[in-house]
Amino acid sequence: MPEKRVVLENCELIDPSDITTHIERDGFKALEKARKMTPEEVIEEVKASGLMGRGGAGFPCGVKWELARKAPGDEKFLICNADEGEVGTFKDRYILEHDPFTLTEAIAIAAYAIGAKQAYIYLRAEYHFLLDVLINALDQAKEKGFLEHLDIHIREGAGAYICGEESALMDSIEGKRGEARYRPPFPPAKGLWGKPTIINNVETLMNIPPIILDGARWFSEMGTEKSKGTKVFSVSGDVEKPGVYEVLMGSKLKEVVMDIAGAKNVKMVQVGGATGGVIPYAMIDTPLSYETVLGSGGVTVFDETRDVIDCVYRSMEFLAEESCGKCAPCREGTEVMVGILGRLAQGEGVQEDIGVLEELSNVMMLSSMCGLGQAAPIPVLDTLKYFRNDYQNRIRQSVFLRSLRGIK
Amino acid sequence: MDAIKEQTSGRGRENLLALLEAEQGKSGYLSEVFIAEVAQSLTIPISEVYGLATFYSFLSTKRLGRNVIRICKSVPCYLKNSQMIIETVERELGITTGETTSDGRFSFELTNCIGACDKAPAMLINNDVHGDLSPTKISQILKLYK
Repeated sequence: MPEKRVVLENCELIDPSDITTHIERDGFKALEKARKMTPEEVIEEVKASGLMGRGGAGFPCGVKWELARKAPGDEKFLICNADEGEVGTFKDRYILEHDPFTLTEAIAIAAYAIGAKQAYIYLRAEYHFLLDVLINALDQAKEKGFLEHLDIHIREGAGAYICGEESALMDSIEGKRGEARYRPPFPPAKGLWGKPTIINNVETLMNIPPIILDGARWFSEMGTEKSKGTKVFSVSGDVEKPGVYEVLMGSKLKEVVMDIAGAKNVKMVQVGGATGGVIPYAMIDTPLSYETVLGSGGVTVFDETRDVIDCVYRSMEFLAEESCGKCAPCREGTEVMVGILGRLAQGEGVQEDIGVLEELSNVMMLSSMCGLGQAAPIPVLDTLKYFRNDYQNRIRQSVFLRSLRGIK
Repeated sequence: MDAIKEQTSGRGRENLLALLEAEQGKSGYLSEVFIAEVAQSLTIPISEVYGLATFYSFLSTKRLGRNVIRICKSVPCYLKNSQMIIETVERELGITTGETTSDGRFSFELTNCIGACDKAPAMLINNDVHGDLSPTKISQILKLYK
C-alpha cells in the first residue's frame, strides 16, 4: 500500500507562516461546518468515525469527548499534547512545523464540542524552536476571527518524558513536578485544576477537520475493522530514508520499513518507542493497527549487526531515568532491570537473570500507576520471547568465561 | 519579588514553571537564594520549588555555561554513532559530560530523545537542533556559539 495523506494533507503544500495559503486549501471550512452543527452532533460524527487516540493509548476519541461534554461544570479545558518525547518519534514535530493551522482549527472544533473556553498546547522544551511557528499561527487565526470565544495558551515543558503522560502533563501545567496521578477520577471528569478536561495528541486532533468536512463514513471506510483512518509513522534507525510517513491503518510493517524507508537486512523492529513492542524479521508482514502493534508510531529499525540485549538495555536506561519516581514498581523496577540488562549486556549475567526479569515484568505491568511502568517491560518480554537464544547464549558464554578465570 | 508575585497570581502557581525557565535562561541556573525567594513569595515550601528545579532536565541548580550542548543518547542516535559526537565534543572543548568550560562558554550534557531521529546523530545547542552530525561539522558548529 502506498502512502496516504490525510493528517499530512497540507504539509509541504502550504506556507506554515501564512494562513491564506491554508484557507486556499479549504482551511477552516471544517470549523465553519462544525459551528453550524450542535456540539452533540460534532461528537456523534467523531464517534461514528471510529477515531482512536494516536498518542499511544488508543482511547476512542468521540467517547472521551462525550464524557467531558456531559460532565457537570461551566469550566472545561482542552489540552493538545505536543510533548512528543517517545524515543524515535518525531511526527508531531513534522506536523507542527508544516501545518500549525489545521491543528489550530482542530483545537477550535474540539473545544466547541466539549464546551471549553480555554485550551492549552503543551509543547516540549526540545521543540522550543517551533514556538514562534505556533504563536504566529494562533495570532493569524485570531486575526481572521476563527478563534472567538476561545483562548489558546501555549505552555512549554522543561525536559521530562513523563509529561507526555496525560495526568503528569496536567500537573506540569499546574506548576508542579510532572508526576502521574491516581485514577479514577479520569480527566474528562476531573482534570486540570479538578475541572473536566480532554487531552488529545497532536495527530489525533489533526484527523478532526477532515472527519468533519468529509464525514465519518468516508473516514471509517479507511483502515481495518477496529483501526480506522491512517497512521503517521516516524521511521529511524537502520533505514536508507528515515522520515515521517503516513499510511492506511492495517498496512504491513514491511511496507513502511522496507518498501518506503528502504531498510535492508532487518533483524528486528521496535514499534512505539522505548516501551514499544519488538517485532522480529520473521514477522515483518505484521499489519500495523490497534489490534496488533502501533503505539505512538515510532518505528526504530535494527539490522542484523545489532545486539538485541544492548538495545533493550539502552531503552530501559531511558525509562529508568524518565520514571517520575512516584510509584515503587516503576521507580525501583526500571532500576533493577537496568542493573540486570546491563550485567547481561556486559557478559556478567547469571542463569537466574531471565526468571527475575520475567517475574519483575509481571509485577510492574500489574501494579505501576501509569503507562510508563506498565509498558516498560514490553521490549524485555518481547525480546525474551523472540530472541531468547540471544539471552541464553550470552549467559552460557559469560558463565563459561568466568569459569575459565576461576570466578563463579 | 513583586514581579514574581504578579506572574504567579491567578491560578496560584500556574506560571511557576515558566518563571523558573525564564530565570534559567537569564542567569544560567536557579540559585538557592532565588528558589527560596520564589517559595516565600508564593508562600509554598522551598522543597516544592526545589522539587521542580531538580525534576526537569532543562532546569539546573548548578551554574551552566552561556551555551548548553545537549547530545541525544537515545537509541536512534546511538544506532547512528552518537558516541562519535560525544567524543568529538569532549576533544574540541576539553571537558566531559556534566562539565562547563573554564571560560563559561559551553556546558555539555547528554539528553534523552530530542525528536530529531530522522537527522541522527543529533544534538541541541541551546534551542537549536543540529543533525546529521560528523566530526568536521561539529567543529564548525561550535564556532558559531560565542
